[in-house]
Amino acid sequence: MTSTASQPAPAATTRTGEPLLEVQGVEKYFPGRRTGLLGQKGNPVKAVDGVSFSLGTGETLGLVGESGCGKSTTGRAVSKLIEPTGGTVRFEGRDVTNLSPRQMRPLRRELQMIFQDPYSSLNPRHTIGTVIGAPFAIQGERPKGGTKRAVQGLMERVGLNPEHYNRYPHEFSGGQRQRIGIARALALRPKLIVCDEPVSALDVSVQAQVVNLLEDLQSEFGLAYIFIAHDLSVVRHISDRVAVMYLGKIMEITDRDTLYEAPMHPYTHALLSAVPVPDPTTEARREKILLTGDLPSPSNPPSGCVFHTRCPKYKNELSESEREHCRTVEPVIEEKRPGQSVYCHFPQVRSDLIDGEPGPIRTTKPKAA
Amino acid sequence: MVDTSPSAAAVRDFADEQPFLVVDDLRVHFPTDDGLVKSVDGLSFELRRGEILGIVGESGSGKSVTAQAILGLHKGSQAKVTGRILLDDQDLVPLSENEMRRVRGDEVSMIFQDPLSSLHPFYTIGNQISEAYLVHHKVSKKEARQRTIEMLQKVGIPNAAGRYDDYPHQFSGGMRQRAMIAMALICQPKLLIADEPTTALDVTVQAQILELIKELRDELNSAVIIITHDLGVVAETCDQVVVMYGGQCVEKGAVDDLFAQPEMPYTWGLLGSMPRMDRVRQERLTPIPGSPPSLINVPKGCVFNPRCRFSDRVEGRRCFTEHPDLLPTTSTTHEVTRHEVRCHIPPEERQQILLTEIRPTL
Amino acid sequence: MIRFVVSRLIGMVLVLIVVSMVTFLIFQAVPLLAKSSPVYYYIGKAPATPELLQSLTHRFGFDQPLPAQYWSYLAGFFGKSVTDGTSAAVQCPFPCFGYSFRRNELVSTLIGQALPVTISLAVGAAILWLIGGLTVGTLSGLKPGSLVDRAGMTGALAAVSLPIFFTGPVALLIFVYTLGWLPDNNGYVDITQNPVGWFLSLLLPWICLALLFAALYARLTRSNVLETMNEDYIRTARAKGLDRRTIVVKHGLRAALTPVVTIFGIDIGGLIGTTIITETVFNLRGLGTLSIQAIRDLDLPVLLGVTVVAAFALVIANFIVDVLYGFIDPRVSV
Repeated sequence: MTSTASQPAPAATTRTGEPLLEVQGVEKYFPGRRTGLLGQKGNPVKAVDGVSFSLGTGETLGLVGESGCGKSTTGRAVSKLIEPTGGTVRFEGRDVTNLSPRQMRPLRRELQMIFQDPYSSLNPRHTIGTVIGAPFAIQGERPKGGTKRAVQGLMERVGLNPEHYNRYPHEFSGGQRQRIGIARALALRPKLIVCDEPVSALDVSVQAQVVNLLEDLQSEFGLAYIFIAHDLSVVRHISDRVAVMYLGKIMEITDRDTLYEAPMHPYTHALLSAVPVPDPTTEARREKILLTGDLPSPSNPPSGCVFHTRCPKYKNELSESEREHCRTVEPVIEEKRPGQSVYCHFPQVRSDLIDGEPGPIRTTKPKAA
Repeated sequence: MVDTSPSAAAVRDFADEQPFLVVDDLRVHFPTDDGLVKSVDGLSFELRRGEILGIVGESGSGKSVTAQAILGLHKGSQAKVTGRILLDDQDLVPLSENEMRRVRGDEVSMIFQDPLSSLHPFYTIGNQISEAYLVHHKVSKKEARQRTIEMLQKVGIPNAAGRYDDYPHQFSGGMRQRAMIAMALICQPKLLIADEPTTALDVTVQAQILELIKELRDELNSAVIIITHDLGVVAETCDQVVVMYGGQCVEKGAVDDLFAQPEMPYTWGLLGSMPRMDRVRQERLTPIPGSPPSLINVPKGCVFNPRCRFSDRVEGRRCFTEHPDLLPTTSTTHEVTRHEVRCHIPPEERQQILLTEIRPTL
Repeated sequence: MIRFVVSRLIGMVLVLIVVSMVTFLIFQAVPLLAKSSPVYYYIGKAPATPELLQSLTHRFGFDQPLPAQYWSYLAGFFGKSVTDGTSAAVQCPFPCFGYSFRRNELVSTLIGQALPVTISLAVGAAILWLIGGLTVGTLSGLKPGSLVDRAGMTGALAAVSLPIFFTGPVALLIFVYTLGWLPDNNGYVDITQNPVGWFLSLLLPWICLALLFAALYARLTRSNVLETMNEDYIRTARAKGLDRRTIVVKHGLRAALTPVVTIFGIDIGGLIGTTIITETVFNLRGLGTLSIQAIRDLDLPVLLGVTVVAAFALVIANFIVDVLYGFIDPRVSV
């Protein structure tokens, strides 16, 4: 409770002590579109607007939010698939913000990505042996025992039949294609994998297989994940810490149990209350906090707190002078309770959103004890 | 807009009402070069007015094909539809395309998964909705416009009159789905089918849309079918549920019964695969091994047997040789909707497995 | 909307300037690089005394720096007096493309004579191939695999494979020389003098030229219709209870035929430059024949003129398509 300045959430205790990835005030503004030859240039689209977090070795950070909140862009900016327009990204203590693609190449071994649509990110004309082996070729590495052997080892590890080495992507089901993507990301033994909606396109039963695989690989290789998803249940399951994003900014970031059982930001409240749980008795007693209105445009965000236009608390609970404050002064994300940083002038703990009863739900066992 | 009222569905009782929709032994088969695809193979259920039925299943389970069959959308295609679909005692299966056309949009209407691709990009929202009204009502365009604007207001589109002439791309995802709902409801259908109505939407928008469907159900007293892969949506919205796998119903019952006492190994698999936000569960998920069955070479015996962990609990090799019937369970509490399951495992044993092996892992 | 039109117009002018600049450079600068003189374009290869060569070079302005030459060429468009090389100056009104010494005519006069032929040919053929291609394509696309579809697509394949220099002479042989159904007037008949003769003289060229395009359009239309009829919004239209006719015409064809508009605009604009073979086969003295003759004669002013006219047609067609597209597809912000 001592921290008062606009510090981001402190790095969660990591196994090595020093954070693997430190992201400080990262911005990604896309230039506004010019309308025609004579048109005026529009406002820049602030897809990511000052995002800070850090991530320890072997840790999983969940990044949640609705479409257009900037979570995918954040993932891409952090993994340097796109250039951030502001802020710094430090990987293993080294500033990598402004490295060119060429300078990034050695770092690519350490930092990989998995995408949502496994099919569109696989070249249909390449056999999956080639696809999974591509990182070796790009990095000019000859693994022990030859590329083919290494690739088949990877295939076996992610649950693919190594005999399918020469098959093409279209011969595989959605879940298997995601395994291909994972095997490729894994080839060079990275330390961090940014997973962008890796299980969203999969059926529930297959999704569970892939989630389990990701967890197994994490404990086996000490991987860190940034897990970008809109499914709050999956994120709760897999993450150590969770950041909730809205309109390019982090609204709340804390460890997962606190986020789900004692969230402080009104947006987190609305998000959690909206997810239906597969239990009719619980559902019947849960309160739904419905948001009204549409997501504002990221090229023209509201003044003050970016959430105030849709904030149920702003609408129903605050006094006029408090509202005035929300409209005019932008909150900074700061630690409101130990380890829980919130972007809100009037945060408030709510613990009744998930099971409809106040108080903590049964404590979760520590992950991967 | 904070809604604290408990789900109205939970307190409704349909005991006195006659079924409004009866689907009886519905089969939808598609001949292809590779063989006959049995997308839906012997599906039966009943639905009363004011009731919401959830059809749950993964891709390829036949849930969307069922919805399209009820609306007669397979007419004019290669598909072979047999069985009976009784809507208010009228069988829809033998109707011609032209007869079915009068039913569509008027008595039965449908909401689709992706509102952007389901709306025509070249016509205004208002034009497309009023078209649905004009086709079934002899009114002037002006009256249709008025009616459309009322409908847009009802589904919660602000400044409805002003947005009448907007094109779909000028609407947000949630607003588009509201417009689709307005289109589906403008003729006050007695049966509304929603095919994954919220899958393409964000969770806060999903909550709004589900709320809207429930409100409109209450107002019109329509029967509603919601097709979804999300058991959470079912628990939140539905009165009864049909679990589909490989084109068949493997378990069905009142929502309270089915969630309290699921008895089919596939339903256990679905529940075990789902990460839970609302309760402590053991760290690892319990996925269903393998992948969904081919609908051309449907497994012999029980359609779920290649992926079932419990087929060794059945004497002999019945799971592999004998197709199980959909039989009532002993755990039905609901007066009207029986809880039924398609499984060879003896009922006592099933309940024992649920208690000792399944429950602790959920 | 106005902003869109204005910005597109500016773009058009820029394109035309670039086209004229490139053609100008090719024809003026290439002889210079070859240590020859572009003046030979004008006076032919006949030996001339060095003095005469020099005075002609000066008179035509070829001794000036290139930018100055280009500028005077550009400025010349808007009317100036040009010399015919022998006698007094000839007044050349807008659009002045200069004077062809080979043909002893103003280039604008030559183009003015050729243009109606090419336009008649192009417009007539376009109407034919639009009707034919869209009809066959739509019918095929609505019932894929049917007899109509298979017949239509086989025909289209044949039409695409047969070149005009084959179909043209064969058609002439059959319908003019053997059957005698069409008059053998060997060339173009002016529409203002004899409309029936005009029509009859162009009928075969139209059909031959249209056949190729109709086949391409039928295939394009078929695949568009096929794709559109599988769109989700067609399913929505059926779910509303609309009748088949409304579904196909209002919801299906509007979307399916929109991309055809784009192709059509570009095709008809580009046609001006591509009717050469048809014109040659049927002995029509249009722009194609004119440019071939000019290439043979190294008649620079004519070539420049035809190039600029063809480019202008293409640019205008594109502009019209863009504006039309804005009306047809509301997602294109105009």
